[in-house]
Amino acid sequence: MNPYRRSLFIKIATVLVYAFLYTPIIVLIVFAFNSSRTNVLFGGFITQFGPLVMDGSTVVQSPCGPFHWFCELGKNAEVMNATKNTLTIAIISTLSSVVIGTMAALALQRYSFKLKPFSQLSLYIPIVIPEIVMGIGILVLFSQVFTFLNGAFNLAGDSRLTLGLPTVIVSHIAFSIPFVTLVVQARLQGFDKSYEEAAMDLGANELTTFWRVTFPMILPGVLSGGLLAFTLSLDDFVITFFTTGPGSTTLPIYVYGLLRRIITPQVNALSAVWVLVIFSIVLLIQKLQSRAA
Amino acid sequence: MLKRLRENKSSQGTLLISPTLVFMVGLLIIPLILTLIISFGKRSADGNVIYTFGLHNYIRILGISSDCPGGQAICFDPLYANILWRSLTLAFNSTVLVIALAYPLAYFIARAHPMKRNTFLFMVLVPLWTNFVIRVYAWMMLLRTQGVINSLLGWLAGLVGLHFTPLEMLYTPGAVLVGMVYEFLPFMILPIFTSLEKIDNSLYEAAADLGANPIRTFFRVTLPLSMPGVVAGTILVFIPVMGTFIVSDLLGGKQVILIGNLIQRQFLDARDPTFGSAASLILMAMTLIVTFFYTRKFGFGEEIVAA
Amino acid sequence: MSEFTVELRDVVKRFPTPEGGEVFAVNHVTLQIRNGEFFSMLGSSGCGKTTSLRMVAGFEWPTEGEVYIEGRAMGHTPPFKRPVNTVFQNYALFQHMTVYQNVAFGLEMEGAGKQEIARRVGHALEMVQMTGMERRYPKQMSGGQQQRIALARAIVKTPNVLLLDEPLGALDLKLRKEMQLELKALQQKLGITFVYVTHDQEEALTMSDRIAVMSQGKVMQMGTPVEIYERPNCKFVADFIGTSNFMEGGVKSLENGRASVFVPILNAEVTGYAAENVSVGDEVAISIRPEKIRLADKAGLTQNCFEGTVVTTSYIGSDTRLHVDINGLTLKVWEQNKISSLDPAAYYTVGQKVWLTLFPENTLVLPKD
Repeated sequence: MNPYRRSLFIKIATVLVYAFLYTPIIVLIVFAFNSSRTNVLFGGFITQFGPLVMDGSTVVQSPCGPFHWFCELGKNAEVMNATKNTLTIAIISTLSSVVIGTMAALALQRYSFKLKPFSQLSLYIPIVIPEIVMGIGILVLFSQVFTFLNGAFNLAGDSRLTLGLPTVIVSHIAFSIPFVTLVVQARLQGFDKSYEEAAMDLGANELTTFWRVTFPMILPGVLSGGLLAFTLSLDDFVITFFTTGPGSTTLPIYVYGLLRRIITPQVNALSAVWVLVIFSIVLLIQKLQSRAA
Repeated sequence: MLKRLRENKSSQGTLLISPTLVFMVGLLIIPLILTLIISFGKRSADGNVIYTFGLHNYIRILGISSDCPGGQAICFDPLYANILWRSLTLAFNSTVLVIALAYPLAYFIARAHPMKRNTFLFMVLVPLWTNFVIRVYAWMMLLRTQGVINSLLGWLAGLVGLHFTPLEMLYTPGAVLVGMVYEFLPFMILPIFTSLEKIDNSLYEAAADLGANPIRTFFRVTLPLSMPGVVAGTILVFIPVMGTFIVSDLLGGKQVILIGNLIQRQFLDARDPTFGSAASLILMAMTLIVTFFYTRKFGFGEEIVAA
Repeated sequence: MSEFTVELRDVVKRFPTPEGGEVFAVNHVTLQIRNGEFFSMLGSSGCGKTTSLRMVAGFEWPTEGEVYIEGRAMGHTPPFKRPVNTVFQNYALFQHMTVYQNVAFGLEMEGAGKQEIARRVGHALEMVQMTGMERRYPKQMSGGQQQRIALARAIVKTPNVLLLDEPLGALDLKLRKEMQLELKALQQKLGITFVYVTHDQEEALTMSDRIAVMSQGKVMQMGTPVEIYERPNCKFVADFIGTSNFMEGGVKSLENGRASVFVPILNAEVTGYAAENVSVGDEVAISIRPEKIRLADKAGLTQNCFEGTVVTTSYIGSDTRLHVDINGLTLKVWEQNKISSLDPAAYYTVGQKVWLTLFPENTLVLPKD
């Protein structure tokens, strides 16, 4: 009996579901090369460099040829600023949550202490409550604390405490920690204490043992936890939406704001870049995990 | 100092967990408590919070009103109750649809050759990690009156010489449902796959050996053993569908208002944070109750972590 | 230097249980291990043997009592400051390092120079016959090879004491037998103390100079393999090591180390060697090994000789193993097949009447547990 035998029904259903998953993404990317500027209709691919005739009459200069909308994207200061914010937030929150989450995973897997059950439970909270609840909770916290501090210290004008990059970063660290911890914890479960004991037995102190033995062994887990945190941060909309302030707009927030007003192929170009970046990251995670296994 | 720390394993553990606890308590537990406190308060004229204790916000959500058109002392205003009910039924419908779509695919991947499994999984992960807002946008492009689907249908109609009136698809409850299903489908595929992959092939062989045909094998062996995955997937889908406001905002317009939209508007348009807090807690309570009864009935697997 | 390389003095180790209570892993253990000795701790899982070893290594600290290594009280000395090295049950080879890096790790921690490391790693690999494997990773090796690398990694630092925690447990039977002999040879070549933890009694008997038999956190008996097998000091040890028959009775008299015990089920007195802590009037267990019971068609001695009926027989090549019933008491008797014969009459048959002789020098009178 062939263990990999699947019925025709399953095969057809699979093809259809994959089609459902990919059609929107493909349409999105195709429209990034649209020669119509309103993006309502597909006016055909942009095929030439230099002056382009758009929507019948408008002439647009495009030195980038088919990548016209990508170049426009590059020239868009708002997009560039949002990209900078998004990356800043993602990098800082990833680095912080990886360090904190790895420490937590070690604590939960290697030690017993009084607060252990409570800690483990608290890590599951973000998974079982809707993101919006966490988002508005943090918003309430910051606004109440800021209102109090601004009043107490008579802060006014630019010195007033407001929502901005720091509040977004702190919130991203908070929701990334549980994911990093769970991933690293799963990795730690795979090997028992004896490796660390062996290192100490051979004369390595706690610190040397960590860096020479524990860390290299959990590194694949730490890296995939980090990549997970990075993608979560890049992708996040809800928490950012409630904790962001003027000047700290991220790409998802920018796109959302744009979609409520106007639609241009620039958004498609942005989406195409995004898909490419995510594709690379996911590929990297897969490679790491298959190497670890 | 160092020596004492070395000898006290318990304080080493506490030291390692403390930054996590600071974040979990500071940005999760305290905000939830604050939300609760505020939900009992009132909104001041300038949009700030007046700390009082009253159940007025909760009474308002439940629809008990004293401002009645007929002049009675108390009457039922179904505005918010309708929103709650709509959110709940939408979450239920989306989850059922997602299970129906995810199961065959997960089954296909789980029984694919081990060398190919990663590729198929990878193909599920890419849409999952493509930005949430961008994915909603893709559906806006597809569903618009002058969008891709209507253009395609119009072109087909033109081929056979029929007159075609574009369908109104965007800004309908159906659009929101499709959007939700699309957004959360991968969250169901992964846990079901994880639990299906664990089923040893010898079980299928044993079932066949004992005379079960493929359909009976599926219902008596495969489906029960994959229930933990379905349960985990349901939690991963149901909870976010309940709380999401972007999908309904962009694909539903003013037609489909869910509890997420309600909460968001109370805060962002600075209407009434105290009412928003109460709505947010009602939302949390609803998801927790559903999750609790659901997991108590079906158990809770490790599959949730796998996703 | 002290006469003993390793000493445990009244050591207690308690672990907290999840329910909030405490459980004794090691319960007042006192042990002295001599210099250059092959010492085994033998017992079934949960008897405290591994915990005792881990306290010597420094992975656990005693709740009470003290561990001495080379005469020095260890207190809370961490493992990396103890002059002992360990071979782990699962080998615990660092998967991300090559064989060379694994073996060199301990020397690197000592701060040895590159050349010295190379020389000593080469020597250690030679000792375990693994020369040429330097560049391999642990994953690319068989269980037996990994075992040898783990051994090389532990001996490269030339410790005075090598701790081995069931190092052969994961190997198949044939390889295990080979490695037993090799380990013993290695120990004699190095001339260092081996503290060996095992649950396999045959392994312990084959290799050890002395054995500590442990149960429920306590040392039941300590002695040479011959002492442990031939003169167990309690019913537990007699039962745990090899196979024994037991009868219960009360001590009637005691003279020159010989005890006369009335056994109700036989309605007779049986004489045997009395263990140290047996006195007149005690309820005791009489123990005799199946291969030490003399079987005959006719009555022999007037004392310690009983008539019985063969209940089952099984021929296993070297021996014939019988169950013999005496007044409802079933004894195991192993009769060596000293004469080669195809004639069924040359062997005992079921239902046959036989006489069993329990020679007093083979019969042990032990305190009941």
